[in-house]
Amino acid sequence: MMSQKQKLRELRRQDTDRLMSFIGRFSVHFALIFFSLCCLIPLIIIISASFTDEIALTREGYTLFPSMFSTRAYELIFKNPRAIIQAYAVTIFVTVVGTVIALTLMSLLAYALSRKEFVLRKPLSFFVFFTMLFNGGIVPYYILMTQYLRVQDTLFALLLPYFVVVFYVLILRTYFAALPEELFDAARVDGAGEWRIFFSIVLPLAKPALATIGLFTALNYWNDWTTSLYFIRDSDLYPLQYLLYIIQSNAQAMQIQSSVGNITVGDVPTQSARMAMAVLATGPAAVFFLFFQRYLIRGITLGSFK
Amino acid sequence: MDISLDTKDEKNNLDPSNIKPRPRFISLRGHLLQRNITWFLMALPALLWLLVFKYLTLFGSWIAFTDYKVRRGIFGSDFVGLQNFEFLFATDTAIRATRNTVLLNLLFIFVGTVFSLFVAWLIFEVYTSRFTRYYQTLLLLPRFISWVVVSYFVFALLSADKGLINSALKSFGFDAVSWYTSPDYWPIILLLVSIWAGVGISSLIYLSGMLAIDPQLYEAAQIDGANKWQQFTRITFPMILPLVVINLLLAMAYIMNADFGLFFQVTRNQPLLYPTTDVLDTYIYRSLTVTRNVSMAAAAQFYQSIVGFALVIFFNWIVRRIEREDEPLSLF
Repeated sequence: MMSQKQKLRELRRQDTDRLMSFIGRFSVHFALIFFSLCCLIPLIIIISASFTDEIALTREGYTLFPSMFSTRAYELIFKNPRAIIQAYAVTIFVTVVGTVIALTLMSLLAYALSRKEFVLRKPLSFFVFFTMLFNGGIVPYYILMTQYLRVQDTLFALLLPYFVVVFYVLILRTYFAALPEELFDAARVDGAGEWRIFFSIVLPLAKPALATIGLFTALNYWNDWTTSLYFIRDSDLYPLQYLLYIIQSNAQAMQIQSSVGNITVGDVPTQSARMAMAVLATGPAAVFFLFFQRYLIRGITLGSFK
Repeated sequence: MDISLDTKDEKNNLDPSNIKPRPRFISLRGHLLQRNITWFLMALPALLWLLVFKYLTLFGSWIAFTDYKVRRGIFGSDFVGLQNFEFLFATDTAIRATRNTVLLNLLFIFVGTVFSLFVAWLIFEVYTSRFTRYYQTLLLLPRFISWVVVSYFVFALLSADKGLINSALKSFGFDAVSWYTSPDYWPIILLLVSIWAGVGISSLIYLSGMLAIDPQLYEAAQIDGANKWQQFTRITFPMILPLVVINLLLAMAYIMNADFGLFFQVTRNQPLLYPTTDVLDTYIYRSLTVTRNVSMAAAAQFYQSIVGFALVIFFNWIVRRIEREDEPLSLF
């Protein structure tokens, strides 16, 4: 990548029409800054609304910067933090445990499928990848989870869905298959068994790929609300994103009720408090993302070339 | 036996008393069966998961042909043939959901690809700049925000009385629009949101394709006096066209599947918007959990899956025909 960069830099130096190339580059940067801001502004609006005084928010609507600064929304949340702390606990537990299990299952499968001497490699690869082409979809899955496995309203319901994502297995398998074969032979000559090779050679060497897949998996768990939409009714098991959804749809329902003159005094947080909840639910994921984004960029490039 | 390479070990290995003749190739072959068993055991947990969650559910598609009763289970319920499908296609809703799914996906795929290519090209032109990685990071950010939070900020933009867009419209002297009750605007709104969420990843994929192009081509073009636009149309675009075509075809293969989060959360599941935003996935969700007509949901699901399967096979066949030998891009 570096040499590629140097070549491109060299190319730029040879550019004869310096003024045109400067104007061109300037406008390219301008466009890119604009697009980048478009990606950032929605977050700024949410953060700004969470720090806006509720009355000002009702009167003036949403703004890019707080029209009247107030931390009251956060104070309200932290005065009665049970729901959000519970949701945080559920989400963190599911994300950590789920990601560890999923990474273990997927990398073990990918390793087995990457071994050329594995006699079942072809049929098992077909067994795995066929699920990408044809699957039963949500309806049989819903029946399976609720009528046969009976995992509704348990943490299992939240953990199970993302254990194996076939596309990620594909990426890991490609990565493992590209590791030099001599390494494995050498280890075997020294008497290392397959488990040993997997844990002390393959996994350390595959750190970048594991980091990428781990990040994707963690985000799948962190941002998951559909699973709860189908399987979770017990409010003690609400993960963060689902709690956010419930708050939003309760507020929506109350708005409809109040508009027909049937006002009920419910436990619905104010608008700024809802936005503050959104900030609290997204914050950790955003920080996590910024911290690991180089793995992400590498991983996507990896995936696109198989 | 230790495989680590610290000095102590190496010394031991050099000690003549430690060097024994090793029947190397025999031992490697002799353990092949044992290794195969280990590999199978390694794969087993994930295979079992796939068996239960992907293959059992595949057989569960049988529900679509039964009058499903919870008490009697999937295979105890009465077989009714294609009756569920007759009911399904007798409703306008299923036809509408199919039309919305296919048309909106086509819109997202084509506009999204053109825009991603454009952004990838912009980044490619200034790839040597130190700002590049900040652009990439910011463009990727939306993909990692949950659809619930996205629906929060779309509401902040589109809310009838408090939204930013309506404030802006009013300050320019236009009338405010009641977005959440006007279905006509939603194909465009959903297009913008889907591009916003997806441009980071797809532009990254196209950028990596552009970076694989030999820079000497550009050097030669510059010597011949080609400008940037000519360089794009004559070098960059033709060189990454295979990647673009293949990505387009694979996206077309999944055209029956809509992004449930986008259509359910961003529209806030507003019934007034269904004429343009109800897709197969949201229709199946409602049949399953709101109207609780499981057989109908299963029929819609089976229809979605089987048409999807045919499309995947068809488009993969096309990709196989046009891909290059040395660079396989098809799914199978």
